[in-house]
Amino acid sequence: MARLLPFNIAVVSTVFLFVCTKSVCCNNGRRVGDALDTEFSGFSVPLEHSFEVDDVAKFRVRGALLLKAGREPSVLLNQNQLSEEDRTKLKEVAAVDGLYRIQVPRVFLLADRQTERQMEGYLTAFVRACAMVESHLSDSITLHTDVSGYLIGVSIVTLPGACRGTEVEDEVDLEVFNTTLHVMPPVNATGPGTAWFIERMEQESEKKSKNPQEQKSFFAKYWYLILGGAIFLMASNSAQPPAGGGREQS
Amino acid sequence: MEKLIVLCLKFIILCGTVDAVFEDQVGKFDWRQQYVGKVRFSHFDTHMQSSKKVLLATENNVFAAINTRTGELFWRHVDKAGQEGSIDAFLQHGQDAVLVVGDGRVLRSWDINIGGLNWEIVLDSGSFQSACLVGQQDNVKHVAVLKKTAISLHYLSNGHQKWIENLPESDTVDYQVVYSGGNGEVYALGVVPHSHITIVVYSVEDGEISVEAPWLSDIQASCAVVDQGILTCVDSATVSLYMLDLHVQSQMTQIPLQSLGFEAAPGFHPALVSTQPNPARPPLSEFFLQLGPEHYLLLQLNNGQIVTLRDFKPAMLVSFATTGEKTVAAVMSPKNKTASTLNLFSAETGRRLLDTTLIFNMDPYGGKPEKLHVQAFLKKDDSVGYRVMVQTEDHTLTFIQQPVLNRVHYNTAFILPLRDGLFSMVLKRLSSQFILLQAWVAHLWKLFYDARQPRSQVKNDVTIENLSRDEFNLQKMMVMVTASGKAVTLHNDKLSTSVLSETQFSLCFFSVKLFGIDSKTGSILWRHYLDDIPSNAAFKLIVQRTTAHFPHPPQCTLLIKDKDTGLATLHVFNPIFGKKSHVTPPTMTQPILQSIILPLMDQDYAKVLLLVDDQYKVSAFPSTKNVLQQLQDMASSIYFFLVDSDQGRLSGYRLRTDLSTELIWEVVVPTEVQRIVSVKGKRPNEHVHSQGRVMGDRSVLYKYLNPNLLAVVTESTDLHQERSFIGITLIDGVTGRIFHNAVQRKARGPVHVVHSENWVVYEYWNTKSRRNEFSVIELYEGMELYNSTVFSSLDRPHAPQVLQQSYIFPSSISAMEATLTEKGITSRHLLIGLPSGGILSLPKMFLDPRRPEIVSEQIREENLILYAPELPIRTEWFINYNQSVSGVRGIYTAPSGLESTCLVVAYGLDIYQTRVYPSKQFDVLKDDYDYMLISSVLFALFFATMISKRLAEVKLLNRAWR
Repeated sequence: MARLLPFNIAVVSTVFLFVCTKSVCCNNGRRVGDALDTEFSGFSVPLEHSFEVDDVAKFRVRGALLLKAGREPSVLLNQNQLSEEDRTKLKEVAAVDGLYRIQVPRVFLLADRQTERQMEGYLTAFVRACAMVESHLSDSITLHTDVSGYLIGVSIVTLPGACRGTEVEDEVDLEVFNTTLHVMPPVNATGPGTAWFIERMEQESEKKSKNPQEQKSFFAKYWYLILGGAIFLMASNSAQPPAGGGREQS
Repeated sequence: MEKLIVLCLKFIILCGTVDAVFEDQVGKFDWRQQYVGKVRFSHFDTHMQSSKKVLLATENNVFAAINTRTGELFWRHVDKAGQEGSIDAFLQHGQDAVLVVGDGRVLRSWDINIGGLNWEIVLDSGSFQSACLVGQQDNVKHVAVLKKTAISLHYLSNGHQKWIENLPESDTVDYQVVYSGGNGEVYALGVVPHSHITIVVYSVEDGEISVEAPWLSDIQASCAVVDQGILTCVDSATVSLYMLDLHVQSQMTQIPLQSLGFEAAPGFHPALVSTQPNPARPPLSEFFLQLGPEHYLLLQLNNGQIVTLRDFKPAMLVSFATTGEKTVAAVMSPKNKTASTLNLFSAETGRRLLDTTLIFNMDPYGGKPEKLHVQAFLKKDDSVGYRVMVQTEDHTLTFIQQPVLNRVHYNTAFILPLRDGLFSMVLKRLSSQFILLQAWVAHLWKLFYDARQPRSQVKNDVTIENLSRDEFNLQKMMVMVTASGKAVTLHNDKLSTSVLSETQFSLCFFSVKLFGIDSKTGSILWRHYLDDIPSNAAFKLIVQRTTAHFPHPPQCTLLIKDKDTGLATLHVFNPIFGKKSHVTPPTMTQPILQSIILPLMDQDYAKVLLLVDDQYKVSAFPSTKNVLQQLQDMASSIYFFLVDSDQGRLSGYRLRTDLSTELIWEVVVPTEVQRIVSVKGKRPNEHVHSQGRVMGDRSVLYKYLNPNLLAVVTESTDLHQERSFIGITLIDGVTGRIFHNAVQRKARGPVHVVHSENWVVYEYWNTKSRRNEFSVIELYEGMELYNSTVFSSLDRPHAPQVLQQSYIFPSSISAMEATLTEKGITSRHLLIGLPSGGILSLPKMFLDPRRPEIVSEQIREENLILYAPELPIRTEWFINYNQSVSGVRGIYTAPSGLESTCLVVAYGLDIYQTRVYPSKQFDVLKDDYDYMLISSVLFALFFATMISKRLAEVKLLNRAWR
């Protein structure tokens, strides 16, 4: 507990982050055309990927993102399996240290009609193809939105992220994507904590006022000083030579 | 008890940062240079014969008086920045200078002797047009101010309004000029474009409209009032002069220039220059007519007839000057490439006055003369002497006085073009090899000096001699680029001039000697004026080679980019001497999007500059075979990003071996909601000493030190105070991965950002609480490091922990920067330029998101300060004590050779340079350190050990014998 205390803010912000993040596990291995969950009424945009030996992007469909519009956007992902051909190609690309790219179209999550949702252009991101292979296609995709629900960026990372040059023997490992998907709306940055600070100040002053020693009046506290001062004054007055008084009168 | 300890702790921390300046240290480690800006209006102080004062009103809202003998400022008043404080008109009469400020908002009168304010009144609203002094019977008592819809008359003595009149038909007539000829009448001249001129006459006493005379005319282009109120206009379309007597409203008489035997230069708009020496009297009947860029005519209006007094061709600049009853015309004509002559002519006859020739030598690296100001005075023998102030394109004033022939250069402007947010200044390190260079320079200099012995007065060259490396690298070369590319319309009489863009590019050297008693305080070593600079140019200054590679000279490159077309040019030069380098820069035909300096070096140790054009093709400079080979080897690890703020697009690219690029990531911020205002990376020369922070329980919290991290600041397009927000997004520049995306609601810009180490500090305006706030974001990896040996953006799967905290700051700020030291051991401070002219050094410790709310044992162990929502401003934190820096636009920091010391330059209207010691001078011995005592003690101890060793040996030996 004591160790956590300095992390007060860290915890708060992390918790907040998690609250904001809709973590969705995806249905792997499903065809795009498969029947969707009926209660999930959203719209779908393609998630495309590209990996070429000559690094010239040729995007093909990897899966479909099912986006549910609304105040709290959520997302589902249906992904295809990698074909035999694609698996070998991915391995070839990994061997020449090529890139594995993904792209999603720019969309507006909060619009009601389909026509308003789509916007021109794509958002792209990449990882090294070798990292994709060595992590056995386990990646984590994050979709970032802005305040008003526009998709502004996509990021992809693999877990583990390193390329160690380990050979992936089993073809089965490269068949199914193991993807974690997040939608990340912007976090509200905290303002100065004035309310809390004022509260603390009030508490302190209250504590002070409750303290019986400080509740005493000025005279009660310093009576001895005042008394001493008064005696001193009287003593010095009486010690004054009468000649002075005479001068005053004249 | 707890509280007491915390209090003590705070006290200790604060004590640690107290850094006072003793009186004898003032100016020892710092210097300040004050400037005034580009001159808009100027008047010589003529009411005293021996006065050596010139009054300047400038584009930077400065009103100042300058000593014409020394070029020093007598006094200076800096008004509010921007339109609010702009000086619209400047009238001078006797000891009073009357200014109209802020588009006719305020009328002010200054005493020019001491620079004190006589009076100030607020004028009625309305856009300002013109102002003039109104005199009657040789007395000037009033000033008339013409606005769009009204004309008002004010007393010169106290500014009170005598009367105000609405102008007739002000919605159709554009009143532009107010004129008074000293006969108790004020004329407001207005024009309906392409239609007619309207003249409204007011009597000074009651302001009654006496007559109104509309009649057809041509476009009012440039007019002047000459003689007894004769309005003279010149029209380029019909190539004729138009004349009109203001008192007798008749038809405008047209006099074609051809009938007078003149020919205007084709495509040139003729202009008129007239003079009215005394506002209480009508203007003189002589005037200048400019027919071509270098062709002037001195004409006289004699009973309605135009008489040519003299034809000046070629003549660059002309000006009138009056002393007593005599009026002279000064004419500057070119002599040869580097010099021009100045002559005085009698205005009445056009005869040349004897012994009045002056030679004006032009700096070959400076700009061309732009304006001429002349002050004439009568000498004892009744002949006319004069002083001249020449204003050149590179914002320099040169004062020349005729009898004494002394000349003073004064740099008026040093404004740095930071509108574009590019680094315009580089502090260049003079490295250890500089001693070699110095020897070589000294040798060269000797040869050079002997050759031109007689002209040893040139100040600039002398200081080069003193170029030497000091012990701790505190001596630096500072390169500055200045610019003020603005088209300005001047309201001086009826002449509207358009000042073309100009750019001055200069290099300063400041030698801050460690034992500096006679330190050269920020003197300009050389300046170089670059012509043909587009008006909206953006600059980037790049150091390609430092002085460390003797015998190769250091090399700097200035990238000049036209913001409209995107076309760029390179200027390569030696930063020590300012000479243009022999290296020919590549000519670029394509617009340039981005320039990147790589750590790669060619065989001559010049760093490689990559330029990305709009086809996303990359070219290298220098582009030798060696460089191209290296680039090919490294291509796959060179990533760069481009920002297109118009489309809200951030895109990442990777270099290919054939020097083409490929798009690898893209982030698009919709411009309907927010726009990108700044993208801040980290300084490339920044070092971070400690990888983590030691916590109270002795565990380590590792910092997230990603050198490729970018802080992207956006502002909402909706400016409503409830809905406006600013966004801050942290993006990896290589992978485009967004680590943190936060919005600060109910906030508005301008946002100042500092990004360094593992933190980002930004300042914004809180619209709800109406205050300035600071926010700090810190990034941590956590309790363990992912890969401690090397950082790669491609292999960091875990997002960093983000901590954030905000504070209230009790002042607005105008610039912000963090201190920088050689090894990064010294604690960091934020340097904040305040609008009041102070530069505050705020310890970063106060901006720490881990500042706790509750005290605990571990907090105390870690030396954290308890959270308080308000950041203090302590007077001892001002690093520039009473040396206020006006209009701070930016702060630049550079490390010195001493770890404890950071060099700081604040620039704006003024330049201020100093050193700061964020953790005090822990690596410097005090001045009064007792070397004698410590060395004698050491020696004594050394000998004592030697002797006692010998004695011990003897004793042991003796014991063994026993």
